Amino acid sequence: MRYWRWIICLIPSLLQAGEWSGFLELQGRYFPQQATDAEQSDQIISLAFQPEYYQRWDSGNQNLLFVPFIRWDSEDNERTHGDLRELIWTYAGKRWEVQAGVGRVFWGVTEGLHLVDVINQTDLVENPDGEQKLGQPLIKASLERDWGILDLYALFGFRERTFPGEKGRLRTHPYVDQDHAQYESEHEQQHLDYALRWSHYIGDWDIGLSHFNGTSRDPQLTPRITPQGDITLLPYYELMRQTSLDLQATKGDWLWKLEAIHRSIDSGSYNAATGGFEYTFVGIAESDIDIGLLGEYMYDDRRDDATTPFENDLFLGFRLTANDVDGSELLAGVIKDLDEAGWMFNLEASRRIGSHWKTSAQIRLWSDIHQQDPLFVMHRDDYAEVTITRFF
Amino acid sequence: MTLRILLTSLLLIPTAMVAATPEEKGLEIATEVEARDTGFHDFKATMTMLLKNRHGEESLRDMRNQTLEVENDGDKTLVVFDEPRDVKGTALLSFSHKVGDDDQWLYLPALKRVKRIASRNKSGPFMGSEFAYEDISSQEVEKYTYKYIADNEHEGIASFLIERYPVDPNSGYTRQQLSIDKERYIPLKIDYYDRKNALLKTLVFRGYQQYLNQYWRAKEMFMDNHQTGKSTLLTWTEYNFRSGLTDSDFNKNSLKRAR
Repeated sequence: MRYWRWIICLIPSLLQAGEWSGFLELQGRYFPQQATDAEQSDQIISLAFQPEYYQRWDSGNQNLLFVPFIRWDSEDNERTHGDLRELIWTYAGKRWEVQAGVGRVFWGVTEGLHLVDVINQTDLVENPDGEQKLGQPLIKASLERDWGILDLYALFGFRERTFPGEKGRLRTHPYVDQDHAQYESEHEQQHLDYALRWSHYIGDWDIGLSHFNGTSRDPQLTPRITPQGDITLLPYYELMRQTSLDLQATKGDWLWKLEAIHRSIDSGSYNAATGGFEYTFVGIAESDIDIGLLGEYMYDDRRDDATTPFENDLFLGFRLTANDVDGSELLAGVIKDLDEAGWMFNLEASRRIGSHWKTSAQIRLWSDIHQQDPLFVMHRDDYAEVTITRFF
Repeated sequence: MTLRILLTSLLLIPTAMVAATPEEKGLEIATEVEARDTGFHDFKATMTMLLKNRHGEESLRDMRNQTLEVENDGDKTLVVFDEPRDVKGTALLSFSHKVGDDDQWLYLPALKRVKRIASRNKSGPFMGSEFAYEDISSQEVEKYTYKYIADNEHEGIASFLIERYPVDPNSGYTRQQLSIDKERYIPLKIDYYDRKNALLKTLVFRGYQQYLNQYWRAKEMFMDNHQTGKSTLLTWTEYNFRSGLTDSDFNKNSLKRAR
């Protein structure tokens, strides 16, 4: 908990009056298939709370954002967890910016897979889609010039990925032992990572070039026998260097997207890429409804040896935006493995109720997954999720 | 900017003297409207939208607007949403252009993600309201062709009645009929005709106030949809002209900072 130091430094500004907001959510998950292990549950209730404190001063040049997060899960002790999502101070000058604290950063353009986005660790217990991230201690300096935005990051204090516990669903078999993670670097969690990124737009093209040098956020999982004789998986975090490109062309109703990475790790180097399009039909049948079609291809040149399930896969998606008062949205998609029979289905829908409530639903299905596929662990974990969120 | 006004006035003198066609007279009025609204540099304002459906059910939208005037092109605008709460902190950065599609980026605070979005769709509802994006984006002379119709009165104010026709084929309208105050050169009322040339909406501007002794801004813009019975009342408050905004307040970093 190295960032307690930050908290103490920032308390004086916290004492001034700022603005509170945030949300409280109640979530239910139902797994229709019986789990592989008897101790795993089929029905889960969970509560999450994420307040947000924001304070601006110095004519708006400085601000502080504080976002803690906690979740209670009725079944899984590992999913009952808390995180400091953000505690970050920002100083914005004329054409430059400095940030220090615990923050979140997103890089990239694609929808089906995020290859370029490597700053924050995934809070995997939150959702198997990996979109939820843990706060990352960082210092960032940014230059805003006519030739684009240049960001320099120093990242200290590595965050381990969260994994569902023994009683949780959507996990590996055996489960991941999170108390004995191993590192390539002798400095383990204290290894100083750095990253830099240049991003710019030229007409209807948006481009980003990034480089990261540090501990990989993606662990390798290796089996281990505990002193009690149980088999568990141990996360092993390698050092990596990753250079990446993200590109988007916005041409009328078409969005063309590409993310490409070259990653060097101790065991060799590899390339991966994902890219495709999103096309929007505006105002279907003279209504306000927009329908978007998405297609993205995912490639990893390690092919069958890839640690990711998405090495030669196709993502096809459908996005409905109602443009109504309730902001109703639906996104449905399929990811199909082009080498094997396996596919996964994903549906996310949400709508607002009044100005403070929102309901959302998710359905995820995994089907015909080959035994060698990293997603095979999910083959009995199809689920439906309903969430009610109160914003304040 | 002064040079631009001067040039515009010089250009206007000869046209004003010859007996102009209705098209020339329409363009002349629109050019004067823009000329009188040029040179404000920048402003900040708070926007509140009260949405009403035909059953009288209401819904609120709160947002903050920052606008920077850009010489020889459309304005740069940053809009940050405060209400409804689930989209709080969401921000939209637009670089509008006199010709062609605008550049737009949307910031999604929950994911910390900036998305470049397709801006060709100008006719869809803005935040579920009766305002389309094209109704509230930077109004540039070049975005329409014009025709003077007649002199008329709007609520006792002598005005020009002109029509304008969107240049952009993706506009939701065939034509718009505007009542322009003869003295102040500001719009008082706009009738919008849909793609089938049927009357769709009426926008009425109320409570004009003058800022910096030159720039008129309506406190209320009331949009009434005749076809659905829905309406939106857009209220502008806390106007702050020449607030010191510069180009660096309108990039992807400032979009993330906006909130």
